[in-house]
Amino acid sequence: MDTILEGGFSSPVLNSQTAFRAVMDALANPGTVQKLIAPQPAPRRLGPELVSILLTLSDHDSPIWLDDNLRGDTAVTEFIAFHTGAPVVAEPGRAMFAFASAAAALPRLDQFNLGTQEYPDRSTTIVLAVEALTGGEQLVVSGPGIKDHDHINLVGLPEDFFAQWSANRELFPRGIDLLLVADGAVIGLPRTTRISEGH
Amino acid sequence: MQTASSNRNQPRKAALDTLATAPSRALADLWDRWGDKPVYTKVRRPEVGLVMVRGRAGGGGAPFNLGEASVSRATVRIASGQVGHGYCLGRDLEKAEVIAIIDALWQREAAAVEAEIIAPLRELTRVSGLKKQAEAAATKVDFFTMVRGDN
Amino acid sequence: MYVAVKGGEAAISNAHALLADRRRGDRALPALRLDQIIEQLGLAVDRAMGEGSLYDKELAALALVQARGDLIEAIFLVRAYRTTLPRFGYSRPIDTGTMLIERRISATFKDLPGGQVLGPTFDYTHRLLDPSIVDDDVPAPVTRDAEAEPAPRVTDLLGRQGLMEPDGQTDPQREVGDLTREPLEFPLDRDLRLQALARGDEGFLLALGYSTQRGYGRTHPFVGEIRIGEVDVEFEVPELGFAVNLGRIRVTECQMVNQFKGSAKIPPQFTRGYGLVFGQAERKAMAMSLCDRALRAREFGEDIVAPAQDEEFVIAHSDNVQATGFVEHLKLPHYVDFQAELDLIRRMRAEHEGKQEAAE
Repeated sequence: MDTILEGGFSSPVLNSQTAFRAVMDALANPGTVQKLIAPQPAPRRLGPELVSILLTLSDHDSPIWLDDNLRGDTAVTEFIAFHTGAPVVAEPGRAMFAFASAAAALPRLDQFNLGTQEYPDRSTTIVLAVEALTGGEQLVVSGPGIKDHDHINLVGLPEDFFAQWSANRELFPRGIDLLLVADGAVIGLPRTTRISEGH
Repeated sequence: MQTASSNRNQPRKAALDTLATAPSRALADLWDRWGDKPVYTKVRRPEVGLVMVRGRAGGGGAPFNLGEASVSRATVRIASGQVGHGYCLGRDLEKAEVIAIIDALWQREAAAVEAEIIAPLRELTRVSGLKKQAEAAATKVDFFTMVRGDN
Repeated sequence: MYVAVKGGEAAISNAHALLADRRRGDRALPALRLDQIIEQLGLAVDRAMGEGSLYDKELAALALVQARGDLIEAIFLVRAYRTTLPRFGYSRPIDTGTMLIERRISATFKDLPGGQVLGPTFDYTHRLLDPSIVDDDVPAPVTRDAEAEPAPRVTDLLGRQGLMEPDGQTDPQREVGDLTREPLEFPLDRDLRLQALARGDEGFLLALGYSTQRGYGRTHPFVGEIRIGEVDVEFEVPELGFAVNLGRIRVTECQMVNQFKGSAKIPPQFTRGYGLVFGQAERKAMAMSLCDRALRAREFGEDIVAPAQDEEFVIAHSDNVQATGFVEHLKLPHYVDFQAELDLIRRMRAEHEGKQEAAE
């Protein structure tokens, strides 16, 4: 029971700055792979990438949503409570950040907080652990932050991701932003990114 | 609000309360004199943060946020396995760390910690409280009614 | 429109050095120490904490020195420092009923339980400047051994007779407003108003309070009670599973008692204004309570006729850091704007001259 207290950044200021930089660069340069800092000891279900982002972005003021597996694991919830103090909410619509350990556990993107016309930034930022950042079906990405176009080959996106993403783009300036993590790194998909299938 | 669990925690809370309200110097002196200081690891290194202090409208009504206070906290694990938590007002990381170690020791040998550290600190607080009370009491007005004479 | 201006780096760097020099002053004189400020300028420290909205005496003292004694600059420094620290959570509401009383007076009742305890007050001094205070020869204060007499709230004493507006029911589900987290949207609930007033500028609130006494919104106030002293700050620690006392802070509380003629639903009774501030800050607590009552005009169905009752006017202008931010921004280069003004004035003058000539 005490093991949940262990973990956290060994050098909080520097580690969180590095992780924040990675997330910021991921969203500013959509589709590029940004390395996250070295994994920390953490509850098994969370995984080092989710933990890095969790510790960097959440605090006492940021309600977070967890998928069912994560929320049902006391090692996870106690770790989060001790290291971040972040309140855990059951309704995706009330979350500032959402953490999902697999695509199957993630509700439809439009279930989350999509922001408002006046404050589109009050939307949920979704952090999804995928199986791998390379080796999957190719998607073409373009838009702000991308010169011409780029490709992503993620393994483990939700089944109808393409349709959900198109629907998300329709909502602009509202909508969600997405961080995809695996292999010690993160890829960012802000709501402005256009995705098309194929080459 | 008294619940079963709060009754169980009362002695530990009382010890932590005394440690937090103790002046830093007095606590450091008593800790210095504790013989068998344990080896320990910092589960959460001491850090400074804020607690938003709340008041009540009218003194007893709905809560409102009054303003923040700086708070230090630390969590340690001593070699024998107990985990201690230290919380105190102010930016005094050493004090928070010492409170956490003492809290861990208290879980192992409460009687010794009470006798050598908690009781002396409680006495200090009691004495300084009495002094302040006596100073305030000297400024309390003794009214007496003047009876008007016939002139 | 703001103009991006380059080229001031050397001047700015030298200005910083000059500021540091002026702050330190004559090097032959001993430098101020923070512990001296805390002990001997305690009320300045209290104001920097209260309006800076951060209870930390060392930080407030440092801010005062760094600001060369400029209170609002010091408050600005304290506010900025707050943003660098993480929030651990909210305390349990403090209980001023169990305060360790240093001062406690009432203007409504002479002989009340707990008595009139004057404390270290300026009230009975003659306001004559006294050069002898700088002599380092202050005797210990007089003491009197006495049993601590319980000091129930005056408002509770009146409440028991049904004459006082009650504290009100607290809905445990209702979230407490926090203006440090969400931008203010008018109209406000009382919890947000009290938070804003507690950190509001003392001079501004004092003037508004004074205005209510001079007829700008009549509330007919009496000081039910003022108390100053230390209270415990209790905090629920999640990893412990229970609340601990973090330590003690000093606060000043003022209960202002006002008249209310009654309405269809409520019989005539006394109504209240409430002031609560960090430290020993009696004038501020009193001003806050006068403004609190004035701003409750809507609640009591009173006509809003005076500035002190105008919630948006009072609250939007009460924060001196916000106020100075906008006032002082005028120092930023407005060169292009002003150029346009110059051109306009010149044209208007030419037209004016033209009309003068035509008239002759």
